[in-house]
Amino acid sequence: MTILNQELKRGKLSLLIWTLSIGFMVFICMMMFPEMKGKTDSVSDMFSSMGSFTAAFGMDKISLGEIMGFYGIECGNILGLGGAFFAGLLGISALANEEKNHTAEFLLTHPVSRTRVVFEKLASIITQLFLMNIVIILISVISFAAIGEELPLKEFALLHFAYFLLQFQISAVCFGISAFIRRGNLGIGLGLAAVFYFLNLIANISEQADFLKYITPFSYADSAGILSEVSLDPSYILPGMVCALLGIGLAFYHYDRKDIAG
Amino acid sequence: MNIISTHNLTKYYGKARGIIDLNLNVREGEIFGFIGPNGAGKSTTIRTLLGLIKPTSGSARIFDMDIVSEKEAILSRIGYMPSEAMFYSGMKVSDIIGMSASMHKKDCRIKAKELCDRLQLDIKKKVDELSLGNRKKVSIVCALQHDPMLCILDEPTSGLDPLMQKEFFTILKERHKEGATIFLSSHVLSEISRYCSRAAIIREGRLIASDTVEALSAGTNARRVTLNGTTEAPRIDGVKDVVPGDDSVSFLFQGNIQELLSELSTLPLKDLTITEPDLEEIFMHFYQNEVNVL
Repeated sequence: MTILNQELKRGKLSLLIWTLSIGFMVFICMMMFPEMKGKTDSVSDMFSSMGSFTAAFGMDKISLGEIMGFYGIECGNILGLGGAFFAGLLGISALANEEKNHTAEFLLTHPVSRTRVVFEKLASIITQLFLMNIVIILISVISFAAIGEELPLKEFALLHFAYFLLQFQISAVCFGISAFIRRGNLGIGLGLAAVFYFLNLIANISEQADFLKYITPFSYADSAGILSEVSLDPSYILPGMVCALLGIGLAFYHYDRKDIAG
Repeated sequence: MNIISTHNLTKYYGKARGIIDLNLNVREGEIFGFIGPNGAGKSTTIRTLLGLIKPTSGSARIFDMDIVSEKEAILSRIGYMPSEAMFYSGMKVSDIIGMSASMHKKDCRIKAKELCDRLQLDIKKKVDELSLGNRKKVSIVCALQHDPMLCILDEPTSGLDPLMQKEFFTILKERHKEGATIFLSSHVLSEISRYCSRAAIIREGRLIASDTVEALSAGTNARRVTLNGTTEAPRIDGVKDVVPGDDSVSFLFQGNIQELLSELSTLPLKDLTITEPDLEEIFMHFYQNEVNVL
């Protein structure tokens, strides 16, 4: 587990910064809810009459005046997008950075198989995502208590489980790409996360673009859908997980065969 | 017994040449020199042997194990020192050395401490703060702390000051006495002449000579001739690499010695020396004149 330990050690600061930034923003956002609650009608009316934008953010299905509706839309966007960016960065840099920083030569001339390297790197990504989500969930729970709102456990759990799956999918796809590129390109990780996010907005606006929901993981992590149905939609999750496993499988397959740049 | 043996080992990077039909044998317990100019294929050979890149064709065995299918078993007995050592940013020297030992699944603390003391390496420093020479020292410790039976060293002394080079070779000779085989790639020929028993010369991806260092030096009948009293070399066949001085001239001669002597007798010479060329000149000779002795 040497590689896993080293990866976690090296990723410590970045994990801390991303987790606390997202957690802090979620907390601040939650502190705004009591004020929002008082103006329920006028705010809801305003947000629910913005045409396409209302649909894009799912505000036609849930209300900003209710605590979970507010949490799902406001905090969901922060955690959804922030978590996706962090997952993209983790995935894209995992394998490619070894070649970019010329450390692959040091690592791979030790008696460790490439499969082991890929396995431990993947384990480190999943561990970091897991830790980030645990801390953010804790911050969220505290923020619910701080504003004296009751936490609807099932909706809350489903929402956070969906975000974790979304982060897992994005990191896994980026991880697969990471095995193929030589120069770690953080832009690919961030770009992919952003593209997925906007694809979901487009799919929410136009029915003709509904097929995009099978491509982007933001479809199954869409708070409006989860909160109105109080369930996750397996028809979007399944293709997403197939993509994730494909990315991981490709990483194992290709990294074992590739020539390491000097 | 051969510790390293390659059979028609070939590596192409797409269409670009890496190494072609390399047949190399390194015997147990020897210090073997691997000589060639930059871009000749030295590092490609080493990187293929270590499994960083896959051969296009041919095969190679180390410790009589296949370099592709038994890579991890081979690597557990190898200490490798790359020409340019790069480590993980933000880590301390002690962390890197510890990580390397841990990947070898060995407790090497005593040996690591001894090596760090001898090389005057500060293990508390971060690797980002290290000079090239100090990074080399970290590399030496990582390559030798686990008592490998084969040391593969790619241009190990570049960046080390002369005192450290001396200490490095002292350490290496001790490891050699303990039974390790040393494979030393270098373009510093004096190193190869001084420390290696056998050597191979690689040029443009092909092995052009492999023999004892003495035989390689004597493998050609070329002589270095220095004349005092004239600045012009005789104009006969076989004169190369003419270096004129103030009142002298030096040239490499490979041809009919009788013809040279009769030509020299006509010159107003004050002094004359004829010596065997050193390995460096042989190397230049092989390289520049494309002589193929294999």
